[in-house]
Amino acid sequence: PGPGSPNSQACFSICVTAFKAAALIQRWYRRYTARLEMRRQCTWRIFQSIEYAGQQDQVKLHDFFSYLVDHFTPSSNHERDFLDRMFTDERFPQNSEMEKFSDYESIQVPDNYTGPRLSFPLLPDHATALVEAFRLKQQLHARYVLNLLHETKKHLIQLPNINRVSTCYSEEVTVCGDLHGQLDDLIFIFYKNGLPSPERAYVFNGDFVDRGKDSVEILMVLFAFMLVYPKEFHLNRGNHEDHLVNLRYGFTKEVMHKYKTHGKKILKILQDVFCWLPLATLVDEKVLILHGGVSDMTDLELLAKLDRHKIVSTMRRKTRKENGKQAKKEKGNQTSSAGRPTPWFLPQSRSLPASPLRLGCVQAHRAGRSSSIPCGAPGDAKELARQVRRSVDLELDRCRRQAGFPVSRGTQEAPLCAPEADSEAEEPLEPTQEEWRQVVDILWSDPMAQEGCKANTVRGGGCYFGPNVTEQLLQKYNLQFLIRSHECKPEGYEFCHSRKVLTIFSASNYYEVGSNRGAYVKLGPALTPYIVQYQANKVTHMLTMRQRQDFLMNDFQKTEISRVEESALRALREKLFAHSTNLLAEFKKHDIDKTGLITLSDWAEAVESVLHLGLPWRMLRPQLVNSSTDNTLEYKSWLEDLAKEQLNHENIQSSLLETLYRNRSNLETIFRIIDSDHSGFISLDEFRQTWKLFSSHMNVDITDECICDLARSIDFNKDGHIDINEFLEAFRLVEQSCSEGNASGRPQATNTNDGAAANQAH
Amino acid sequence: EILVPEFHKKIKEAFEVFDHEANNTVDVREIGTIVRSLGCCPSEGELHDLIAEVEEEEPTGYIRFEKFLPVMTEVLLERRYRPIPEDVLLRAFEVLDPFKRGFLSKEELIKYMTEEGEPFSQEEMEEMLSAAIDPESNSIHYKDYITMMVIDE
Repeated sequence: PGPGSPNSQACFSICVTAFKAAALIQRWYRRYTARLEMRRQCTWRIFQSIEYAGQQDQVKLHDFFSYLVDHFTPSSNHERDFLDRMFTDERFPQNSEMEKFSDYESIQVPDNYTGPRLSFPLLPDHATALVEAFRLKQQLHARYVLNLLHETKKHLIQLPNINRVSTCYSEEVTVCGDLHGQLDDLIFIFYKNGLPSPERAYVFNGDFVDRGKDSVEILMVLFAFMLVYPKEFHLNRGNHEDHLVNLRYGFTKEVMHKYKTHGKKILKILQDVFCWLPLATLVDEKVLILHGGVSDMTDLELLAKLDRHKIVSTMRRKTRKENGKQAKKEKGNQTSSAGRPTPWFLPQSRSLPASPLRLGCVQAHRAGRSSSIPCGAPGDAKELARQVRRSVDLELDRCRRQAGFPVSRGTQEAPLCAPEADSEAEEPLEPTQEEWRQVVDILWSDPMAQEGCKANTVRGGGCYFGPNVTEQLLQKYNLQFLIRSHECKPEGYEFCHSRKVLTIFSASNYYEVGSNRGAYVKLGPALTPYIVQYQANKVTHMLTMRQRQDFLMNDFQKTEISRVEESALRALREKLFAHSTNLLAEFKKHDIDKTGLITLSDWAEAVESVLHLGLPWRMLRPQLVNSSTDNTLEYKSWLEDLAKEQLNHENIQSSLLETLYRNRSNLETIFRIIDSDHSGFISLDEFRQTWKLFSSHMNVDITDECICDLARSIDFNKDGHIDINEFLEAFRLVEQSCSEGNASGRPQATNTNDGAAANQAH
Repeated sequence: EILVPEFHKKIKEAFEVFDHEANNTVDVREIGTIVRSLGCCPSEGELHDLIAEVEEEEPTGYIRFEKFLPVMTEVLLERRYRPIPEDVLLRAFEVLDPFKRGFLSKEELIKYMTEEGEPFSQEEMEEMLSAAIDPESNSIHYKDYITMMVIDE
């Protein structure tokens, strides 16, 4: 039909309309996907900020104990006894004692044991069989565990600090990052990439343990292969190969849970094994592999020379004293500090606690992490120390008062620990400050986009290093690039610094099922990195639209619930609840007319000023606040709704519960420290004393009566002892137990048991 | 204006989510996501114009916050690029389905989305298909689909 005919006119208008219709749909669709992308980014941010906030807690806790040790003078037997309990003497065992700990030969393996058996020297088949056994969820008997650890240590001792691998011998080298107890990922890597062999070299770059539920099994497999293929299979130490970190992040708990009788022995020898792990691996003298990163002070020659065994923990510069010398000084010395038992997890030095923090720091690096860590102006170290001491003194006096101890007269600071002079006659068993810092730097640092090198205040250890620092190091040692791990990445890997730094992270679904991929990298003789990604779970990557839709669709409600997102929000709501009192106070400040209402804008400001997570609260608001009308919020009922979600134990006052929630990781860590024999029990009195001291330090106002009630209510069989796990369980503080099949170590609010009922059952 | 400070905060938040290097810039390719997550629904053409306004004179591939903020504030104040109401969206689908079957075949959807309007990229098309298409009938029942796509503000 011709252009002017009615038919063609209609056609034309339909075409125009179709064009417009399509444009409309596309426009709408693009907005939809943008919104989802934003939510995905926010979810990631939530996980990261909570994770790093947890690490800061750890630092705070250690600072607390350090100051206590350095400045607290027990002024009564009562106090002294209490502190003795808290800082139970656990000297680092001497070799003879260590022999006792690794004494496995006397351990009988029962006839009905159906798990894997090991004999030494190990053969490749044994290692493979071990993988298979673990895949079938078998557990290795303690005897073999100890035997294997014993052999592992013997092997590790011979290794240099920096291992060297050559692609001449094995054609390819596969480098894997953090595994964090996720055995499924390790099994997947071996399945997909092949088992280790003389032709297939592997480097595992630290953080084998903590958070995940199969840290023990991962260690067994890795150590086994290392013994079987010593030239081709290499391990680097990560910041989590550290008994202090393990106290907090789940490995200690896992060991004690799986090995009730021999767990302590295992942990003891592991402490030693961890210190003997090499610090770095060098491929073809060109590619440097280490766990965290580098700093502008990194000195590979020094790192190669130092005695890595001296660095027991990067949390604190620990020392090991001679048995004899200490025992002499210990007896009955009431006034002098020299008699104080050696705090086993704290520094000996009289000076400022050896914090990994580099003094003179600047603002925290943002990039998805909490940005509001209080950071003093860069200043003189001495002045800083003085200021800190002064405030600590005041605080300690206050603590004393609140804890019911007599306040000390005068502030003679006789530190609890033995003065450094003690160590003169012996061989230096301490790492120097410089050596210690070198190791902390390579285990804790993170790359940043900006040039320069500054303190890593988010982690509390190591630094942030810029592209110029990388470049400087590569040139100095004639290297091509750096491979490191330490940070979770959505794709399992990430290049930065113009592809001179590669982050490789092998724990998929680290935060939550669907949160991220894992990856490993292969290097051939050309040293070109070849990355392989995976997600060791039936559920796949969060990013693809299909999966997003699957997660998003709730058939009944037709509302959008992303599983990963929901998990992040749940964690966030828990955090909000834990700060209810402060939030209420902050909200009230914005509600000058006392209407009970605040604007959503005020809500966002208040929340950030209390939580300091640096999150986009206005973006998150629709998912956190659904009871608002008209841009205003009835904040009291919002807080009440939050509480209803979290509370499951009506006997306990909500404010106490809230406080416990806020401090649960610290609490758990403290308990585990007190429970020095890893029995899982602490006495009522210990609990009360600890809680008093701790809560007063943390500015928590709890009456004595409340604490007694709390303690009593937890002691279910009334024998004067509290089962730590029971206690934590009562408040749903225990992370998903090892026996459940949850990859993530995070608390999941899927527990529908009524807390009271669960306790009765015990 | 009372609204402006609040808009500023919102815009800053959204911007910072994509400011990966913490230096107040974002990749220009993220601007669309940022603008849309602030409640706007621009067409690709409109987005282009906006980017032109906030880009450097010599485009660097990055957009600075200082340039973005005033422009975006204006957009929000003027309530530009308003989202499309559900019923209008439904009518758009119905235009493409003149016989009122209630669905579009996969081929039809592909044709319209990749040839008409502001065509989808292959990736966008695949993404939409994976979620919208009912595998059994190989078609999209657009009424259900729309209900799924609506996000609470």
